[in-house]
Amino acid sequence: MIPPDTTSKEQSDMSTAGGLPSEPPQAPPQASKAASAEKTGHAVKLKNLNAYYGGQHAIKSVTIDFPPNEVTALIGPSGSGKSTVVRCINRMHEEIPGARAEGSVTLDELDIYDPNVDVTAVRRLIGMVFQKPNPFPTMSIFDNVAAGLRLTGTKSSDLKELVHRSLVSVGLWDEVKDRLNEPGIGLSGGQQQRLCIARTVAIEPEVILMDEPASALDPISTLKIEELVDELKERYTIVIVTHNMQQAARVANSTVFMLEGEVIEHDETNKIFTNPNDERTERYVTGKFG
Amino acid sequence: MSATNAFPQISARRRRTDKVMRASLFAATMIALIPLILIIYYLIHKGLSAWTQSGFFTTDPTGSFFGSPGGIRSAILGSLEIVALATLISIPTGIGVALYLTEYGKQSWFANTVRYFVDVMTGVPSIMMGLFIYIVLVIGRVGGSGFAAWKGSVALWLLMLPIVIRSSEVVLLLVPSSLREAALALGAPRWRVVFRVVLPTAASGLVTGSLLAIARGMGETAPLLFTVSTAFTLTFSLNQQMNTMPFLIYTDITSPRAEIQTIAWGTALTLVVIVLILNLLARFIASRSRMA
Repeated sequence: MIPPDTTSKEQSDMSTAGGLPSEPPQAPPQASKAASAEKTGHAVKLKNLNAYYGGQHAIKSVTIDFPPNEVTALIGPSGSGKSTVVRCINRMHEEIPGARAEGSVTLDELDIYDPNVDVTAVRRLIGMVFQKPNPFPTMSIFDNVAAGLRLTGTKSSDLKELVHRSLVSVGLWDEVKDRLNEPGIGLSGGQQQRLCIARTVAIEPEVILMDEPASALDPISTLKIEELVDELKERYTIVIVTHNMQQAARVANSTVFMLEGEVIEHDETNKIFTNPNDERTERYVTGKFG
Repeated sequence: MSATNAFPQISARRRRTDKVMRASLFAATMIALIPLILIIYYLIHKGLSAWTQSGFFTTDPTGSFFGSPGGIRSAILGSLEIVALATLISIPTGIGVALYLTEYGKQSWFANTVRYFVDVMTGVPSIMMGLFIYIVLVIGRVGGSGFAAWKGSVALWLLMLPIVIRSSEVVLLLVPSSLREAALALGAPRWRVVFRVVLPTAASGLVTGSLLAIARGMGETAPLLFTVSTAFTLTFSLNQQMNTMPFLIYTDITSPRAEIQTIAWGTALTLVVIVLILNLLARFIASRSRMA
């Protein structure tokens, strides 16, 4: 995590990828512009967050700090509230009938639960990747990546370049560059999931939430997603829910262990997996329950 | 061999029961098919002779008891016109209501009440729609005339509306909620999610349901009886009485003269063929559906 080093690495990556024969003049400046915006992640803070599904108290006084440009993993058995926490961060919990949240969620200084805050603005800043790849079936690969802009009514001066850049950043460009007009659902599961990540990256959020992004994928696709998460943290703050503890160990800077709607322990990933403070964490990460 | 012997043998009684039940189900199917086949046979048998008469599709009915009965051009065009106007208002309103129910109302008491009344409306006899429009629009001579084609369209709208709502709602519910969530998570406002994700994904199903509603409206007589009345000459003015296929069948078949009855059969065959084409179109569109 040495900023100058990673920046130059990314810059060289982007300019190689951007150096296509068709558009050599404008691609490199565009790419370096993207790379120069290094460390653009923002901090998310949850404070005394409570969430309910009808009468069921799903999240109990959760307080978590998600530091900028880091990957934070949420682990815990099924029903421990990991996905609910993630949904509460971009207010997607409001889409579930009967669900409500109390407490405070802030993105830097912005109070996300402020009644004056536009929910669509929140979701533009905090992107989300779901468990099952969900590209839009009526749209081509290109349109899927461009969907975020079109759906939010954002004008882009150079849509082609943005789609190109987004697909490059998820490592999908070389695989799909010759069939951008084919339907997005024609791709394999792993490619579809990277397409969905590209769709999220294209709207240039500040935080990316990932709700078990690899649990429906094969091991090789999973590995690609994990490498991608590692790259994306240079630009974004990432919260990843996972059932796979090896995955948490591989990608996360810090790990939160949750149980029955409560945060049991939040520490450096290494600490959680080798020397946790709480006995329940230890039993979970060693596979004794859950 | 020993493995197969380990399973208990099927008893003779069970085999017998199975045979009897299969046979009775087959018989029931045949009994249901007989009238269907007879209707189609009879229609073709009686109707084709009318089709082959010169000017059947290109001239208007004369309306006179003696002499040539004429063709059915004004009835075909009248029906198409009235149904087209009814379609024009019932498809947007019907899909609109369905969108409200699936995207906004969901399981609220109001949405459920609407659903209940839509169900009731589906079951209301079509003549009630005609009577209602007769009382509301025809008696009061709304628009300057008593019977008028557009009033028939309004009656058909009432008839088609619940069909469109119900079929559209089913199709819209089939759109995976994961797609709505994907779009909402990108920061899209709900109306854009509806127009750019939900509707395109459901498009083929919506078209299918709408075509079936159109086919239903095309064959209805009762709503037109009290609203359009009838005319023999060709008119394109929706504020006048107009000829329609169901109504022409109704008046011609009750005529004592055989030639005029033949016209009724020819019209019936035409109507069935048009409805058939609409149904085939609906199937074709449904089979091309891209919805997972």
